[in-house]
Amino acid sequence: MRAAGLMEAGALLYARDVKLAFRRWEQVTQPVVFFLMVTTLFPLALSPDTAQLRQVAAGVVWVAALLSALLALEFMFRSDYEDGTLEQLVLCGQPLWWLALVKAAAHWTVSGLPLVVTSPLVAASLAVPGEAQWTVVASLALGTGILSFLGSVGAGLTLGVRRGSVLLSLLVLPLAMPALIFGARAVDMAIMGDSGRGPLMLLSAMLILSVTLGPFATSAALKVSME
Amino acid sequence: MWIWFHKLASPPHFYRIAGRVIPWFGWPALLLILFGLYGGLVLAPMDYQQGEGFRIFYVHVPSAIMSMFIYSIMAVAAGIGLIWRMKLAHAVAAASAPIGAWITFCALATGSLWGKPMWGTWWAWDARLTSELILLFLYLGYIALRSSIEDPQRADRASAVLALVGVINLPIIHYSVVWWNSLHQGSTMFNPGAMSIQMKWPALVMLLGFMLYYGAVLFVRLRAEVIRRERNAAWLREELGQ
Amino acid sequence: MEALNPHGLSGRGIHVWRGDRHVLRHVSIDVLPGEVVHVAGPNGTGKTTLLRVLAGLLPAEEGTVGWRGRSIREERDEFNAQMAYLGHENALKGDLTAYENLHYSVGMRQLHDASEIEGTLDQLGILRCRDLPARVLSAGQRRRLAMSRIMLLGASLWVLDEPFTNLDVAGVELFSSLIGDHVAAGGMVTLAAHQGVVVPGATPRIVELD
Repeated sequence: MRAAGLMEAGALLYARDVKLAFRRWEQVTQPVVFFLMVTTLFPLALSPDTAQLRQVAAGVVWVAALLSALLALEFMFRSDYEDGTLEQLVLCGQPLWWLALVKAAAHWTVSGLPLVVTSPLVAASLAVPGEAQWTVVASLALGTGILSFLGSVGAGLTLGVRRGSVLLSLLVLPLAMPALIFGARAVDMAIMGDSGRGPLMLLSAMLILSVTLGPFATSAALKVSME
Repeated sequence: MWIWFHKLASPPHFYRIAGRVIPWFGWPALLLILFGLYGGLVLAPMDYQQGEGFRIFYVHVPSAIMSMFIYSIMAVAAGIGLIWRMKLAHAVAAASAPIGAWITFCALATGSLWGKPMWGTWWAWDARLTSELILLFLYLGYIALRSSIEDPQRADRASAVLALVGVINLPIIHYSVVWWNSLHQGSTMFNPGAMSIQMKWPALVMLLGFMLYYGAVLFVRLRAEVIRRERNAAWLREELGQ
Repeated sequence: MEALNPHGLSGRGIHVWRGDRHVLRHVSIDVLPGEVVHVAGPNGTGKTTLLRVLAGLLPAEEGTVGWRGRSIREERDEFNAQMAYLGHENALKGDLTAYENLHYSVGMRQLHDASEIEGTLDQLGILRCRDLPARVLSAGQRRRLAMSRIMLLGASLWVLDEPFTNLDVAGVELFSSLIGDHVAAGGMVTLAAHQGVVVPGATPRIVELD
């Protein structure tokens, strides 16, 4: 028996969350199915003309991914809160901000990453040219990451609140708008043949900011929700 | 000095002091706003480009500035309440949110009224208007969170965390919207920077008037907040003469 | 206000409001090594609230909780290392097996090898549940699994909220003897229960909340 260090405890928590997600496979696939379905709405609503779709593709992919990731956000702490595991995490002696960071990272792995992996399919369906695909993937990888870390604050604040999922969306969407602006812009530039590097750099900066500051706000939010 | 501050924070003292202070904010606010309106609507020279329509700027710009000012006050008060556990600070944040939300709405409404003769539509995705809209969402989210949590202490602290996260994101949101707007050739609003003092002074008077108005309404709401939180306390019954 | 006791857990002048309700009024409590303190009172008197305050989960509006003479607000990490909390909920993940539940939850604080975990499962009489997911276990087995976590943590202070819930007679005896062994070895226990508590080898000191 020996004391667990920061990395060991973090690895255990990460492994636990990923293992749990894979035992409830539906929770991983539902946001992906939602993503696919929402994207389908746009050609149905607008027109199947590829030139027209290509013009709106950047925005559609990004809005659909954002909404799908938002859907999965409320589950970050929900089950831990309900079965009492969250209390034990608060009491386990590891810094709560570190645990919040690990939880957000695990959450991204099981909900953001599947969206990123599915995105080339979605982009292709909206007539995004092949060369722009990697920008789509990169921008969504950064964007869903930002949403997991920034959104973890909202997820922590709305624990146990009635109609919490709607409230969560109201709180997180304004904060996600900058990421949407830069991410969609990057994809748009790539579709038009320019390099989307500028907006992608800004997106990376936002991700770094969310990863470094988000967990502290989340740990404050979790302590408040425990009261 | 700390004793005075602590006294101020004690509900009975605060209630009495606030009661005395309100008229000192209220009347000057009314006078300044009336004076500013007269200055802006009557005295200031007409703009050669936009004609009489631009006069709405005398209400729009002070509202926009106040909307951000109030959010900052709300966040600072929330931070003080969170760190030093001062109930009064939480009350200031709670009372400021609806005032800020309404002022933001005023800024949006006056911006929209301005836009109609200028651009022909009731709404344009101008950088400032879009920023104000997102700010309104932040205010509404704050108010929604507060009202969804039943336990008052938890509501105070949760909304404090939200206000702090919001205030840090505010510059990021603002600059990303400005950048977004610059990419697309949208119409921009009348920029108050490039103006002579002859045209500018009514706006400054209005701004000062709005600030005093905020102070007056804030104290009125705080007194109501104190009554609500202390409704079972003995001192309140004495104070209200029951 | 009295000084915080230097040997164990102490609560001084604790006030907690839940909205308008003054749930805890000026509560003071001590738990010393070798003691079992039974927080008693009818439902709704704030037993759970008091235990949560003592465990550091709920900050009291007024008053202090001390551990070995220092406020837990200052000594949070040391206090957490020495305290094990069992709440109403078992803090178990339904989709993880009994073994995995212990491995992941206790492992956040200390790493144990398989034999230690199995030994504790055996001690609590649920070794045969080792590889069963927690959601298929009975309520009593889950409570025993939750108690296994307390045993493995090796903390000196146990804060237990209604530990005997869902246990059969054998389970109640088992838990009581585990508590007795713990305090005999110098540990301390504070628990909330609305029935009487009988611990072999130690007489619980009762603190009534009204």
